[in-house]
Amino acid sequence: MNRRSPWLTLSALAVYFFLYAPIVVLVLFSFNSSRTNIVFEGVVNRGACGPFYWFCQLAGNNDVLEATRNTLIIALISTLVSTLIGTLAAIALQRYAFPFKRTSEAMLYVPIVIPEIVMGIGILVFFSAIFRWLNANLGLQGDARLAMGLTTVIVSHIAFSVPFVIMIVRARLHGFDKSLEEAAMDLGANELVTFRRVTLPLIAPGVLSGALLAFTLSLDDFIITFFTTGPGATTLPIYVYGLLRRVITPEVNALSTIWILAVLLLVFISRQMERRSA
Amino acid sequence: MADYAVELRNVSKRFPGPSGELVTAVKQVNMQIGDGEFFSMLGPSGCGKTTSLRMIAGFEHPTEGEVYIHGRAMGTTPSFQRPVNTVFQSYALFPHMTIGENVAFGLQMDRVPKADIAQRVKDALSMVRLPGYENRKPKQLSGGQQQRVALARALVKRPEVLLLDEPLGALDLKLRKEMQMELKRLQREVGITFIYVTHDQEEALTMSDRIAVMSHGVTLQVGNANEIYERPNCKFVADFIGETSFLAGKVQSQHGEFCTVDLPSGLQVIAEAQRTLATGTAVSVAVRPEKMQLGAQNGDENQFTGRVSNVVYIGTDTQYTVQLPGEQRVRVRAQNSAPGSRPLVDEGAEVTISFPAQAARVLTE
Amino acid sequence: MLQKLRQDARLQGLLLISPTLLWMMVLLIIPLLLTVVTSFGQRDTDGNVIYRFTLENYTRLIGFTAEGFDPLYFTILWRSLALALQTTVVSILLAYPLAFYIARAVPKRRNTLLFLVLVPLWTNFVIRIYAWIMILRTQGVLNSILGWGAGLVGLPFTPLDMYPSQGAVLIGMVYEFLPFMILPIYTSLEKIDGSLFEAAADLGANALRTFLRVTLPLSMPGVVAGTILTFIPVVGTFVVSDILGGRQVILVGNLIQRQFLEARNPPFGSAVSILLMVMTLFFTLYYTRRFGFGEEITAG
Repeated sequence: MNRRSPWLTLSALAVYFFLYAPIVVLVLFSFNSSRTNIVFEGVVNRGACGPFYWFCQLAGNNDVLEATRNTLIIALISTLVSTLIGTLAAIALQRYAFPFKRTSEAMLYVPIVIPEIVMGIGILVFFSAIFRWLNANLGLQGDARLAMGLTTVIVSHIAFSVPFVIMIVRARLHGFDKSLEEAAMDLGANELVTFRRVTLPLIAPGVLSGALLAFTLSLDDFIITFFTTGPGATTLPIYVYGLLRRVITPEVNALSTIWILAVLLLVFISRQMERRSA
Repeated sequence: MADYAVELRNVSKRFPGPSGELVTAVKQVNMQIGDGEFFSMLGPSGCGKTTSLRMIAGFEHPTEGEVYIHGRAMGTTPSFQRPVNTVFQSYALFPHMTIGENVAFGLQMDRVPKADIAQRVKDALSMVRLPGYENRKPKQLSGGQQQRVALARALVKRPEVLLLDEPLGALDLKLRKEMQMELKRLQREVGITFIYVTHDQEEALTMSDRIAVMSHGVTLQVGNANEIYERPNCKFVADFIGETSFLAGKVQSQHGEFCTVDLPSGLQVIAEAQRTLATGTAVSVAVRPEKMQLGAQNGDENQFTGRVSNVVYIGTDTQYTVQLPGEQRVRVRAQNSAPGSRPLVDEGAEVTISFPAQAARVLTE
Repeated sequence: MLQKLRQDARLQGLLLISPTLLWMMVLLIIPLLLTVVTSFGQRDTDGNVIYRFTLENYTRLIGFTAEGFDPLYFTILWRSLALALQTTVVSILLAYPLAFYIARAVPKRRNTLLFLVLVPLWTNFVIRIYAWIMILRTQGVLNSILGWGAGLVGLPFTPLDMYPSQGAVLIGMVYEFLPFMILPIYTSLEKIDGSLFEAAADLGANALRTFLRVTLPLSMPGVVAGTILTFIPVVGTFVVSDILGGRQVILVGNLIQRQFLEARNPPFGSAVSILLMVMTLFFTLYYTRRFGFGEEITAG
């Protein structure tokens, strides 16, 4: 297996090209001087920001800012909750035997194997029915009416993140040495102290990995958010989708470029953390 | 009633097994361990020794019976409320803490003032001959060093009893022997009760004041090394401790503490019996190889002629396997005391072996 | 009470998992059950659900509408499956060489190469689809390059009509899920014991035969995992077909989306959704039963 076929290298390079060409085009066009953004007409140089004109325009775009704010809030809250309950569940599944354990495990696989749209529709149908019933029976009118919004999105994001958190934390728990916990208890620590000072620090890297995955999944989600969102709860992916049907200025590209850079930064940070804990 | 350091009264433990049925790991065990004793629980894996230890530590609770520590019934008291500490087989040092933090952990649980903790940690590490190791991490230490840290961590709390679960299992032979000496010395120095679990009978014999030999969840015999070795009370103990040759036969008659046993080949053996046995009882006569001699000896009640089937030179001794009539086989060990020893007899030669009645024990099971 | 909790391990386990279980029940199981119920329901003129039993949604799906037999929805389903199949095949053809290349690379470089495969995944997928619009449209990047090239050689050039089209949808789908095909194939290739190749050579097999008889069969688990990870999302997609296919390409996902948002027919939409779910569950069950649920999937 030592000879390197030039055809293999070529095809590998071609696939990498295929993967990255769109991204390169995207970033490039965020410097486009043409507003209609159909053809690249040279690097823009307008206003105080010069070549970064479109990036600066973003800063003044309230819709973008609100969408960004929503996206981050949703991601943060859903990550916190899903990591918390997911870690506890992973501990339960890895360490304990309890009734309905097999059923629970099967249930946790469901979000992973069904298409996102099915889950999204399900939640939409569910909340529509509940809100309709509650609004009618509690006599809510106007602004007080229950409707889809930030809360429904957050709650749905938690639902699809938890199985992934559990998977990752379980993998980490798999090699965990139980005698460490027994040693702590032997030395006088009760269950809570043992968990806080021995178990948690040792599973922390796994928990953080899970949290990071939950955060990324939430940031990126489109389909489920699409069906569970409402006015005032627009996230960035939804916002971009909406724009695609209208005028696509290089502002969208600028947004995309920033997005890509932000994600790369996040990944970089997480790798540094991983390296630190190894 | 004098307070034993640890007492187990009619303790049984049952677990659900792999296919759901109940497995009895410990069956009606009674043990009394005195203050300052070095007490070992010895037996093959699965005999219940580790389970018994864990019930003393509080990691398991007896299904029946009661564990007493200095006269106090432990009931379902969890391990962190018991005045005992454990040294684990895998050392169980916290990998994310330094050596100093590991040793200090138990003291922090006891809410010892910070200044005192530092000093006590220092003293504990000196006691196990690892002074100045406070800032290192467990993974930087060798197996033997980790073992000593585990010891220090347990002893620094000044427990009433120290439990050791096969602590030397992972060490190589030379290190193990050194640590055996260390542990014995430490126990004398600290003066508290050590309860030691092992499957290595040589280890138990060298270190312990008393030994409990266990098999299949029951204690077969409790006594000091001499009692267990010289006067085993059943086949299992005779076979598990040291080497034994067995001669199976039936009781022909008994005079006081000596029995005459008929062997199937027609030969007769005279051996010591522990109790009165009815004529015709099926028994095994146990003899240690080193108690038998090659060549007739005046005064020995038992003398047999056989053929040497195997000669093995083991350095300090030579071991001869002798075939007796009736397809019975014994092993005889002779020390190679003369310089440049050659075997006393060669393979295939006819030889007489002899041993006194006191060297043989009649065992019913 | 605390005593009882401390001693009963089963109770402790249940307690730890209860928040998650509750969440999944309320947001997954109950919604799915409600979807099933709704699929047997009717609607009023406002688009609200009326819980009165009817089979009309399902019969309509199969083709028996009030106006006679209309296999419209069948066609849509068929088209979605065909697209998923095409996507899978093209993905395998593109992914395999790259996975092979990475598996044979020096271990030090492998991490970087894998990282490079993952980076596009982390950029938002709506953005990535948008990039393809820029590339494929009539005055887009691709046509510009082709036109410029044709100009160099002196050939006349009419811009290709690539967007919106079914082909564009295929390209978009392949692009979206390529990493999910590369990673599992890589994982299973990497696991192959190197000494097997030496054994094959020792027994007289050349490079091609070693590949066909040893490497390919052993990499099958990865191919299967990648297929599952690609097929399921593709069958249910609507975004890519919506954006890159314009209004012309309608897949199952678009159908569902439109029933809920435009046609305001939740019962029918639910029926289509349930059909989709049943199809993918069958697919997954068949595949995992046949080929096993390996770690190649979790790697992806």
